[in-house]
Amino acid sequence: MSATITSGKKKLKLVGTRPVRPDGVPKVTGLARFGADYSLPGMLWGKILRSPHAHARIRSIDTSKAQALPGVKAVITSADLPEQEFEYVGPERVAVNFWHMTRNIMAREKVLYEGHAVAAVAAISRTVADEALRLIKVDYEVLPHVINVEEAMQPDAPLLFEDMITRGVEPAPNKPSNISKRIELKIGDLEAGFAAADEIVEGSFKTAPVHQGYIEPQACLARFDPDGQAELWASSQGHFVIRALTARLLGMDIGNLRVYPAEIGGGFGGKNVPYVEPVALALSRKSGHPVKIVMSREEVFKACGPAPGSSMTVRIGVRKDGKIVAADGLFKFQAGAVPGSPVMNACMCAFSPYDIPNVRTVGYDVVCNRPKTAAYRAPGSPISAYAVENVIDMVAARIGMDPLRFRLENIARPGTPTVSGPKHTHEGFAETIQALMQHPGYTAPLGKNQGRGFASGYWFNNGGESSAAVHVNEDGTVLVATGSADLSGTRASIALMAAETLGIDYDKVRPIVADTASIGYSHISAGSRTTFATGIAVVDACKKVIGDLCARAAMIWDVNAEDVVWEDGCARCTGNKAGECEPLSLKAIAAKRSVTGGPIVAEVSVNAGGVAPGFATEFCDVEVDPETGAVKVLRFVAAQDVGRAIHPAYVEGQIQGGAAQGIGWALNEEYIYDEAGRLTNAGFLDYRVPVASDLPRIEAVLVEVLNPNHPFGAKGVGEANIVPSLAAVANAVSRAIGRRMTELPMSPPKILKAVNGEQ
Amino acid sequence: MTKNHVTATVNGDVVEFLCETHQTLLEVLRDELGLTGTKEGCGTGDCGACSVTIDGRLMCSCLVLGVEADGKAIQTIEGMAVGTALHSLQRKFLEHAALQCGICTPGILIAARSLLERNPDPTEEEVRYWLAGNLCRCTGYHKIVDAVLDAAREIRGG
Repeated sequence: MSATITSGKKKLKLVGTRPVRPDGVPKVTGLARFGADYSLPGMLWGKILRSPHAHARIRSIDTSKAQALPGVKAVITSADLPEQEFEYVGPERVAVNFWHMTRNIMAREKVLYEGHAVAAVAAISRTVADEALRLIKVDYEVLPHVINVEEAMQPDAPLLFEDMITRGVEPAPNKPSNISKRIELKIGDLEAGFAAADEIVEGSFKTAPVHQGYIEPQACLARFDPDGQAELWASSQGHFVIRALTARLLGMDIGNLRVYPAEIGGGFGGKNVPYVEPVALALSRKSGHPVKIVMSREEVFKACGPAPGSSMTVRIGVRKDGKIVAADGLFKFQAGAVPGSPVMNACMCAFSPYDIPNVRTVGYDVVCNRPKTAAYRAPGSPISAYAVENVIDMVAARIGMDPLRFRLENIARPGTPTVSGPKHTHEGFAETIQALMQHPGYTAPLGKNQGRGFASGYWFNNGGESSAAVHVNEDGTVLVATGSADLSGTRASIALMAAETLGIDYDKVRPIVADTASIGYSHISAGSRTTFATGIAVVDACKKVIGDLCARAAMIWDVNAEDVVWEDGCARCTGNKAGECEPLSLKAIAAKRSVTGGPIVAEVSVNAGGVAPGFATEFCDVEVDPETGAVKVLRFVAAQDVGRAIHPAYVEGQIQGGAAQGIGWALNEEYIYDEAGRLTNAGFLDYRVPVASDLPRIEAVLVEVLNPNHPFGAKGVGEANIVPSLAAVANAVSRAIGRRMTELPMSPPKILKAVNGEQ
Repeated sequence: MTKNHVTATVNGDVVEFLCETHQTLLEVLRDELGLTGTKEGCGTGDCGACSVTIDGRLMCSCLVLGVEADGKAIQTIEGMAVGTALHSLQRKFLEHAALQCGICTPGILIAARSLLERNPDPTEEEVRYWLAGNLCRCTGYHKIVDAVLDAAREIRGG
């Protein structure tokens, strides 16, 4: 069962209800079209040849035999993609370097991880394409490799890039290394802070890389015409970003590429960037035929970004009265073969839930011979929270305070500075803690070998660029088009907000995700931004339509426009003629469209600010089997401040899904490499994500502290939920066995070792 | 390469197709018959997204060869609704918001129907173990389990 805790709820008719999603039926009948479900006449199958080595120089690639195979229409290598400038562009937190990106799409001088793309073919069937891959001869000079982050940071480690000089260090180092970047953030006086502490607790922790684990492998269909115009059907978190990056990687104009959003079968951050799209389009450009590429699961694991593994040390100083006075965190993240792990997010989020006057966070972004990391649900924050919330738990135990009470005593509030500069501006954290303190499970007795763990977490959430168009049809139905990929039910929240604003029934609104040629620019569906930012664009567009409808009513009634108001889906006259004018419904005005000015349409684009962050607090009960080391999660309760829950069932779903992924991260999931640097568990049998029988019911507690900067109070709901989950499970396990577990995943062998005192 | 001629019944209709010997039933359904409702999540029988029934038995169609379908009756997600009437499970999945991205949904619906045909009154634990071969990464399974139990109740007439 879910509980909802609401503050300041005003009367709404539709927002906050749970109707069936508008795109639901095709998804239960098999008719929804995902990335792999598109075909075109004359279509070829594309396949990618991948490196068998973790690190090797490419001496030569001979594609002649593959090209000569009957049925093969094109073979490409990196020579078919233009070279890119070496330059970091965009905001520091998410900077992109196209020199690296093109090399990750198709290796140039070297292969940097097992599974790195080397060449690709397009052929008349999958069978012929597979045969052609076998005929490509690549001459490799195998190089020493490095997988582990600590080893990659050693001065004598094999270098992925012989000229990589660490950024963020003054003066710049004179020797290259695998450390792409160092970040340091601080406020206050760390030494004085620790000097004032009565107790100081320090812990070091490691986490394994984990995969987003979306069930739909990357897939696309590309068509490049001889006149230079191209179309792409792709499953992604943002077709505008896929368009921009793919066009750049192929050296073509954005205006010549139209991207259609396929339904997306899970992303969680992993589908923010292209993998197969530039390859399919380059194959189509070369062959003159449409080309479809569908990744195998093995390719997804080996070549599409997991979240980074990490090595971290956290130190917290506290006074006896429970006030945290200093905190220091060191976060070393594996970026994989391309710089750009989310370590800066980790540095910014780590201590952000708390009011601590003296804080330092140091982060290292380290390349190693693994696939490039990609975003994964609140990228960076669950990892740093795992370390911080373990130490918070240890501190609470040290000073004998209840772990929730201890957190509540130290929470950040509006006005509290953060380590990255801006002050907190929103409430909501305290309410998540209080929600759990009131939960009956908080004080429920525990049995033998059982433990209860608590943790909290913080995530920025995001706003940004979104577009929406509202078209009123002549029968009073309404089309709402946005440019935001729908990962998990946002069309339902969009339709609810539009119907509520217009004052019409939910089923009169048809929300669609429009392609890149049919709506204004819209950024990726990531950072929990869609219902917030795209929602603002939708509501603004509905308000513009209402203004138009009122003007038309004024024209029909022959009154001044200011004498017309919009209430309950009708234009109402408030002036002298109020008594003579029957209210005009949206439908009635729509019927007079052509005689009152023509089509009723509004399009609005926004760059939404006013974001409110997400806070979550969770607890879980586990039972550890001392014979096997296996952990059973008995109960999981997750409270998250979501602002207004527009469609509460899908908000609960976000929380339940985030917690489930966090449980997998904590207990099962990891990338396992052999001595040659090859991934040994690139499949769902050996990379085990939680299955239905692994999990308990996950109780979602919706805390609704409204965001005043959104028309209905929405914050962002997709990510904050996973931030505490790793630590909640870890703290529960540590309490159950009476020893601190310091490494994820807490797989049975590690727990057995700890139980047997061999840690 | 010589192709094999196969005759099978798919969702009640007799179909004929040609397939290469190594082609899986999943590839045949999707690429030869255009039935793309059956999804490929792994190709190794670990995720259940390609679940179909063959002569009433729940199978991963990625682990069955197209030629093995000869003379068999295959049921896919496209045959689950009868005309315009959704199956109780399909309706309950929508009502309970038991899908987010929807990629695992066809396989889970086929698997859940197979469960309810054998066990019309499963416990929550039985549902969780029966569906343990079907991965969902979005929902944490909570609402899926609720939807299956609710559909079972409705089908039983309770």
